[in-house]
Amino acid sequence: MGDGMGGSGGGMGGMSMPIGSVAPEIILVLGAVVTLVFALFAPRRAQGGAAVLALVTLGATAVASAAMLRGPQELTFFDTYAADDAAVWAKLILLGVAAVTVALSVEWFAGDARHGEYYTLVLLSTLGAVVLAGAADLMAVILGVLLSSATGYVLAAYHRAQPRSGEAAMKYYLLGALTNAGLVYGAVLLFGLGATTTMLGLLDALPGADALALVTGTGLVVLGLVFKLGAVPTHAWVPDVAEGAPAPVAAFLTVAPKVGALVALGRVALTLPEADVGWRALIAVLAAATMTLGNLAALGQDDVRRLLGWSAVSQSGYGLMAVVSLGRSDLAVPALVYFLAAYAVANLAAFGVVIELRGRTDRAAYAGLARARPGLALVLVLSFLSLVGVPPLAGFGAKLLLFGATIDAGYVWLAGLAVVNSVISLAYYLRVLAPSYFEPLRAPVAVLGRWAGAATVVCGVGVVALGVAAEPLLDALSVTRLLPG
Amino acid sequence: MLSASIFVPLVAAVVLLLARRLGERQARLLALVTAAVPLVILAVAWLRFEGDGGFQLVESVPWIPTLGVGYKVGVDGVSLPLAALTALLFVVSIAYPVELRGRARQYFAAFLFLEAASLGVFLALDLFLFYVFFDVSLVGMYFLIAVWGHGDSQRSALKFFLYTLAGSLAMLLAILGLYLSSEPRTFDMAELIRQQPLDGDGLRAALVFLGFAVGLGVKTPIVPFHTWLPPAHVDAPGPASAILAGVLLKMGTYGFVRILLSMMPETYQRFALPLAVVATVGIVYGALVSLAQTNLKRLVAYSSVNHMGYVILGISAAAAAGVDGDPEAATLALSGATLEMVAHGLITGALFLLAGSVWARAETYELDELGGLAARSPAMTGAVVLAAFASLGLPGLAGFVAEFQVFAGTFAIYPALAGAALVGLVITAAVFLRMVQRVFLGALPERWASWPELSRTEVLALAPVLALVVLIGVAPAWVLDVIDTTAQQILRR
Repeated sequence: MGDGMGGSGGGMGGMSMPIGSVAPEIILVLGAVVTLVFALFAPRRAQGGAAVLALVTLGATAVASAAMLRGPQELTFFDTYAADDAAVWAKLILLGVAAVTVALSVEWFAGDARHGEYYTLVLLSTLGAVVLAGAADLMAVILGVLLSSATGYVLAAYHRAQPRSGEAAMKYYLLGALTNAGLVYGAVLLFGLGATTTMLGLLDALPGADALALVTGTGLVVLGLVFKLGAVPTHAWVPDVAEGAPAPVAAFLTVAPKVGALVALGRVALTLPEADVGWRALIAVLAAATMTLGNLAALGQDDVRRLLGWSAVSQSGYGLMAVVSLGRSDLAVPALVYFLAAYAVANLAAFGVVIELRGRTDRAAYAGLARARPGLALVLVLSFLSLVGVPPLAGFGAKLLLFGATIDAGYVWLAGLAVVNSVISLAYYLRVLAPSYFEPLRAPVAVLGRWAGAATVVCGVGVVALGVAAEPLLDALSVTRLLPG
Repeated sequence: MLSASIFVPLVAAVVLLLARRLGERQARLLALVTAAVPLVILAVAWLRFEGDGGFQLVESVPWIPTLGVGYKVGVDGVSLPLAALTALLFVVSIAYPVELRGRARQYFAAFLFLEAASLGVFLALDLFLFYVFFDVSLVGMYFLIAVWGHGDSQRSALKFFLYTLAGSLAMLLAILGLYLSSEPRTFDMAELIRQQPLDGDGLRAALVFLGFAVGLGVKTPIVPFHTWLPPAHVDAPGPASAILAGVLLKMGTYGFVRILLSMMPETYQRFALPLAVVATVGIVYGALVSLAQTNLKRLVAYSSVNHMGYVILGISAAAAAGVDGDPEAATLALSGATLEMVAHGLITGALFLLAGSVWARAETYELDELGGLAARSPAMTGAVVLAAFASLGLPGLAGFVAEFQVFAGTFAIYPALAGAALVGLVITAAVFLRMVQRVFLGALPERWASWPELSRTEVLALAPVLALVVLIGVAPAWVLDVIDTTAQQILRR
């Protein structure tokens, strides 16, 4: 790849436009266009070919991204875009999430006459999250948020005949419109204070700025990202989308925006002057409220998809712990990225089971699942226990790093609260697992198909593999930088 | 070699889950043969054991070097007896007849999975690895209680899982506190014992100590963290109860010795008195509540609370005196506490297996509904009486040797507490004498006129356990010698 166009300054000041450093994004755009064109002209029975095109695009993007690992950790495109390893890892996670989503969607949407376009939307939504993960400029943050949101609304409403789907999309849209507008306004305020929108520039310009404007601007930008993250106070869309959107979309939207937003939030936090804005305490409070509210709300759910939605909210709370400890603990960046990978694979596995069971979502309908489909029941156990943080699964490594980073950063109370929440979360996950193992089978269990089944099993294996064989990733993450930190 | 005792049961558990064609007999046979492997390995380890006090037969592979995590196993004089006890109790419990509800493969798979986890806890020489096994054991026991239990078993299993997970996670924070203080950062136990990264005064040391004490205290259980125990025991199938009491409770007390006493002895010294007081309260409270029980399993469960009190009392007394006090008394108390773990495992394991036999015949644990069984079932009577007398501390049996040492050691350090604990001993005697009287003596109720005697399998399974209770009671030196070397070394540091 390299930076062919113009001499890169190296280090932090990439005063050039090296096309190579956005090769993954370009491939993603081209792939999305090709997929769209294919979907427009392909006959109805060949619409499934769009899924293959999407997978090829994602594969090519992943290759281009992986080639950038351990490259120069620098900002490019006039300091607006980060080419650090944190961005690359987030991209790789996002591409994996998108690939699993495509595999989960093939049979689910097979009856939909125009499902070829669906894959274009998945690719573009992934691109939005990818941009967010690399954004080192408030304008790039806005671009990522808007791209990810606009496609997300359409995806959530893709079952347009179903009122549930429409309702979820409407709620998602209204909340999104409000927070996106706030994000733009916040960026304008910070631009007014710093005369620049690049994080590198703001890092120098913001200290000592007007307090009220700084706090307001910061608050609005953070809120815009918190919306994407599905954290308190802009979490309300998550359970609705999880329950009402098409199940593969629900799987995608509870993971992908979160990956991009958490990395972006980390970059924004590292940009802010801690002496002027107590962002660390602010994020800590948001983390505490998010994990607690998500867990308490999940406790009473009898709808598995809604339960997973609330669980996704609570997981955002855990993820925020990594942001709280940024700059104070060398475990923070590994915790952030590893958490995202562990959460993604476990959440996709859980949604995969729901999808493979043809969207079965009533808790009582899981009775006897272990007798009828022991493999799927086992994937459900692995994914739920991973989300709780039981070793040696992926989620355990994530919690170990998150707790370690938080304690290291001096927020012992937050780690303690996360422990209490982890125990609470076990209670509601077991409310689904218990009937599937301890109750007799009531009705035959139909499944969706091979693609969805295979993707689900791959995620189940991933939950174990990422936990037991954590060394390669953790080794890479130990030297990973999150610019501008 | 030691690793095989963890991985052979683990692999066999997976095989059992996958081999759908396997019938009940074959599954049982496979499980028994597999469970015997760790027993043989640990017997060999015992023969090759050299009492220099340190870790032996160490096997070490880097696992997550970035975080200072290694796969490292080995034994010393404290862990070897507990690991051997574990291996024996698993063979016996797997052999013990129980209603399998048509899920034989899964039952034995769960047992072997739990065996791998339990042995892992005692053999691990890395805190990360220790935690992995410690936590995983909960999953195995949760399924054993919920699927093959009786009564309100799902609820009891849930309570067990939630309580002990809370304890585990409290301990995880403490482990992290210790880890973050080490330099270079490591989870290696031997290295942490050498570094003593967080010993002495300070808020951080106190918090970490508290985290460990709560986490391990839930598992032990120490009053007031014991409320999960009685329902879990009552509703679990007999063999699972035996493992729960005989093996899982020891994970808590073992952690007190392996982690708190070895890695932060000075901090432990600061907190020794309050812990010893709590332990004494547990001794008396457990005995009194046990006395009030009308349910056989509940009675034994609360007597476990009482016995675990002796263990914590002994360890805390040793911690108080270990560094600058009376080293001989400290060694006596610590060796006694360790032997008490083994003795309680054997005795209470046997009692819970026998309670399982009662349930298999009567579907009740209520003492009032039983009675006069001595006439129908002399072998069962003999076994229960032997175990009960051992549990109440009759000289010549394993419980006495252990408790005598705990008392003798504690008396020199905390005379008042030792005196108060004696009250618990007296009440326990009353508990078990009354239990024997109400179940086996008196008039035989009409409905038990055809009460079946212990089967040959039951007798064969119980025989080695009860034989060891007698053997350790009569000639404890072969176990105590192994324990003593390490106990002395722990206290010398």
